[in-house]
Amino acid sequence: MPAYEESSHVNTQQISAAVIATLKSIAPEVEADELIADRPLRSQVDLDSMDWLNFLIGLHSALAVDIPEADYAKLVTLNDLVAYLELRCAV
Amino acid sequence: MIEFKLPSLGADMDEGTLLEWLVKAGDEVRRGQVVAIVDTSKTAVDVEIWQAGRVHQLIVHPGEKVPVGTVLATLLEPGETAPPAPPVAAPKPAKAETRRRISPAARREAETLGVDISLLTGSGPDAAVTLEDVRRAAAATAPTQTPAQTPTPMPKADRTTEMRKAIAAAMSRSKREIPHYYLSETIPLREASAWLAEQNARRPVTTRLLMAVLQLKAVALATRKFPEMNGFWQDGAFVPAPAAHLGVAIALRQGGLLAPAIHDVADKILDQLMSDLTDLVKRVRAGTLRSSEMSDPTLTVTNLGDQGVDAVFGVIYPPQVALVGFGRVLERPWVETGELRAVPTVVASLAADHRVSDGHRGAQFLAEIRELLQHPEQL
Repeated sequence: MPAYEESSHVNTQQISAAVIATLKSIAPEVEADELIADRPLRSQVDLDSMDWLNFLIGLHSALAVDIPEADYAKLVTLNDLVAYLELRCAV
Repeated sequence: MIEFKLPSLGADMDEGTLLEWLVKAGDEVRRGQVVAIVDTSKTAVDVEIWQAGRVHQLIVHPGEKVPVGTVLATLLEPGETAPPAPPVAAPKPAKAETRRRISPAARREAETLGVDISLLTGSGPDAAVTLEDVRRAAAATAPTQTPAQTPTPMPKADRTTEMRKAIAAAMSRSKREIPHYYLSETIPLREASAWLAEQNARRPVTTRLLMAVLQLKAVALATRKFPEMNGFWQDGAFVPAPAAHLGVAIALRQGGLLAPAIHDVADKILDQLMSDLTDLVKRVRAGTLRSSEMSDPTLTVTNLGDQGVDAVFGVIYPPQVALVGFGRVLERPWVETGELRAVPTVVASLAADHRVSDGHRGAQFLAEIRELLQHPEQL
């Protein structure tokens, strides 16, 4: 069930996989299927500012997307994050 | 002859278990070299040596638990020759030893399951041995054994339990011995937040700064005017520390906390502090702290802002004499020259030892931190 429009570069599955892999490198105890995609991510995974920054650094190296600080506020849920990254990767 | 003793790695440590020697008899060591890994109840620590020399004899062997102050090894000073009686035990054949990176959880699991970590190939970052590697190896070598039948020595007490005991001991001692007083002050961060946002907008994600780093620097600089907040209570008197080695309280994901030091915070630029802090958090979680970081924080800073609390009033970590806490940075109503505005603020708190300082000086110390945070570009 494709929740987002297909992009010509990187698909939703690849982005989701990169997000989960990066998350697990910061918080190894995370179980991907226990995450609720439309609830705030940081409270589900207990990411503090340092974890969050390391998470974004990890995404930067996985997907070559540099997320500006001004966009942090838009990235609340896993769904937000994947949709945002899909747009950015498609550019 | 130099005696290399097990150092105290914090007020809550009475004994340690030698996990691994990184040197062997005959090796030359330099000042500051990591020579052994010791397990405290809280974490595995890389223990450094502070005298140069040549290793003469390793006295304590891996797996042995010994009290703080026990001679772990003897070394010959530069130019010294070995005494006539040579060590009885022949030194183990030297093999090229590389340091195994292993998480504390994986190390604990390996002990429980009786897995020899030196035989494992790590699949984690830098070939670190992960929990999954240990479990895979255990499953591969002992498919039919149940844990009850596994011939392992006494099961090691769960580290979480041990850590709670260590924290209980240090915090009980603190509350028993230190007459704490507490102060708090709401600090406006309009300038600091704007400066930080402007800086970070120009920086790639890999070099961005956190507000926590500005706070650390401000606290360290403030101790220059208020040396009575930075040092140790020893033998009934205060001994000020010559530099601000700030202990940073870092929560562990599996529970508990450690507060290792970032050294010479007042002398470092913000970029350096940011990379030091990032590195320290990584190493706390990977279990690769150095003994000097564990043993010498001179003042601890705790930041619970990410958890959403307004303020934190800390318990001083003996023999330190103060603790600075920061709560959440949030836009709050703020009145300035008769006008009400929404301004990002933070509540800074001070818990200090009344044997060393008084509330008057404590209040001035917080005011100094506040003043420093109004000029972020000078931090």
